[in-house]
Amino acid sequence: MSTQPLPPSAVQTSPGLARTRHILGLVVTHGLLLTGAAFILLPFVWMLATSIKPPDEVFTATFSLWPKRFYGVENYSYALTAAPLLRFALNGAILCGGILIIQLLVAIPCAYALAKLRFPGRDVLFVLVLLGLAVPVQVPALPLYIGLANLGLLNTYFSMMVPFFLSVFAIFLLRQFFKSFPDDIIHAARLDGMSEFEIVWRVVTPSAWPAIAAFSVFSIVAHWNDLYWPLIVITDASLAPPPLGMMFFANAETGSNYGALTAAATILTAPLVITFLFARRQFIQGITMTGVK
Amino acid sequence: MARVELRALAKSFGAVPVLSGIDLDIADGEFLTLIGPSGCGKSTLIRMIAGLEPQTSGSISIGGVSIDHLRPHERRVAMVFQSYALYPHMSVFSNIALPLTMQRLSLWERLPLIKLLSSRRRRVMPEIAREVRAIAEQLQIEHLLDRRPARLSGGQRQRVALGRAMVRHPDVFLMDEPLSNLDAKLRVHMRTELAELHQRLKTTFIYVTHDQVEAMTMSDRVAMMDAGRILQLGTPTELYERPINIKVASFIGSPAINLLKAKVGHDGYIELMDRRLTLQTPLEPGADVTLGIRPEAMFPASSEEIRTGRASLPASLRRKENLGSEFILHFDVAGPASVVARVPAGPVVQAVNGSVELSFDVAACHIFNEQGERIEPNPLDSCELSRPRTLVASGGGV
Repeated sequence: MSTQPLPPSAVQTSPGLARTRHILGLVVTHGLLLTGAAFILLPFVWMLATSIKPPDEVFTATFSLWPKRFYGVENYSYALTAAPLLRFALNGAILCGGILIIQLLVAIPCAYALAKLRFPGRDVLFVLVLLGLAVPVQVPALPLYIGLANLGLLNTYFSMMVPFFLSVFAIFLLRQFFKSFPDDIIHAARLDGMSEFEIVWRVVTPSAWPAIAAFSVFSIVAHWNDLYWPLIVITDASLAPPPLGMMFFANAETGSNYGALTAAATILTAPLVITFLFARRQFIQGITMTGVK
Repeated sequence: MARVELRALAKSFGAVPVLSGIDLDIADGEFLTLIGPSGCGKSTLIRMIAGLEPQTSGSISIGGVSIDHLRPHERRVAMVFQSYALYPHMSVFSNIALPLTMQRLSLWERLPLIKLLSSRRRRVMPEIAREVRAIAEQLQIEHLLDRRPARLSGGQRQRVALGRAMVRHPDVFLMDEPLSNLDAKLRVHMRTELAELHQRLKTTFIYVTHDQVEAMTMSDRVAMMDAGRILQLGTPTELYERPINIKVASFIGSPAINLLKAKVGHDGYIELMDRRLTLQTPLEPGADVTLGIRPEAMFPASSEEIRTGRASLPASLRRKENLGSEFILHFDVAGPASVVARVPAGPVVQAVNGSVELSFDVAACHIFNEQGERIEPNPLDSCELSRPRTLVASGGGV
């Protein structure tokens, strides 16, 4: 409209020019993304590569991803026999499952109340929830430890799970999701005679699967990989979750057998990767719908 | 009997009043429409009747019994929402059956897995299924019972929402703009269906809309609301023919009523664009008034056609809209103002072009004072009406 008329030659070349620019733009953005992805994936690839190398190849000066001598079978069978890896994985599953179930049981009604019910003090409560996001897990560690010690609950699954039962992050994430749930449907449910609890579990929750899947991935990754808290409350190796188990394994059995160590690490990381691959679509949907990025 | 009575009902959000002093009696089996511009409080009012919003003061009773203390589902009302508000993850069958399962099954009989143990549930469920199918048949949605709401069209969702309301056999149906999300053609169709449904069920309907056509076509009575008050309550004809103020006059009717500035002359007759009309008011001479003239009361005419009892104003045609059976004519008149006339199609309309005299029946004029309230003209004696226009113009005052 207000732009200067282009000279005829520029008008003629512009479609081709536009296409080259478009392709150039794609190359640049994809180049940047691929570089980023390479940096993030490199340690992972290195772990996989090391897990199939014989010990003498791990520290060679030359760079190679594929070993000269395939040593995968030995490393993996050693890792599986020398340490109770499956036990660690089972502990991890119990830990993550227990935490996740209780987190959802607590957070879903809380998030619903904060998003949809009107009561005095609701906004103050929500601010407190947000403040809760700002408290790092290390802060309440000491009082929690003392409390658990006095109750004689150290060295139990319960002691590993209890600090995480109430997830402010879950409340926050689900509240954002529930906010966008249509009020009319809740009104209709009230008219049909549902109690608030039934509305939460029968009407609102089934629509929140993307958000729940997204939160589940966050939660499972965090607690599967958590070393800090199990290290404090667990001394019994048979209760150790994966990272703590890896530590016991590294100390006692393997010393500097990095091939076996990375094989164990691969085995213990695999469930997470598989979980994510399955929940990937819901995860991304949940993240984009709740505005948490 | 489901007579609904609202007494001094008021609602405010914090210090902001949304509704004030609503008194309304709705007869058993009546179709009452609440109409008004958005934000006038009509949706809040219907939600208060449903029990979804607590009132700040006042009382609501249905069938002579106060329901103020009752929770929504105890009030024996059913509501249809603008967004349909169907449960998205349930099938159409479950959506319609839900009010019944909630009524007839205990909490244990509704719990997942545990419900399978109940023998009473096994007896009750076929009954419920029968009733749901009967309702679905009435609404012609039997073939959709297994579908999810996401896979239905707007009109089908509307029927499911109606079914969910009907299955409970409520005392009162509350409808909050149920047709607003439908396309124009379907809206006209559903309008007829709703009116027929009301005739068949003979239940009290309270219907909220901002569409005056819906209000005019379906209702027994209409309550026009604005700024949290009922401006006028009456039959559609009353609201159309005797609007109590400018707001009602301009809201009801499509195309909207023509509003023209006029003055009261020294003899009490109204003067419009320096022409004296045979309309006398009790207002002081010199007062400003607004004349409201419905588009269908206007007719373009050559001057010799202007008969007794009619007046005219000079106008120039701006645009013609052909609606097939009739024309909407847009004129510019002195003021400057624009005037719309609705005229049946015919050779007269075809010929209209450029400057014309726009004739209108003086008796069809609505007079509003400076505050916008309706003023009744003084009755004219018959001899004055029959006198030719020129004589009136030269004749004395009161």
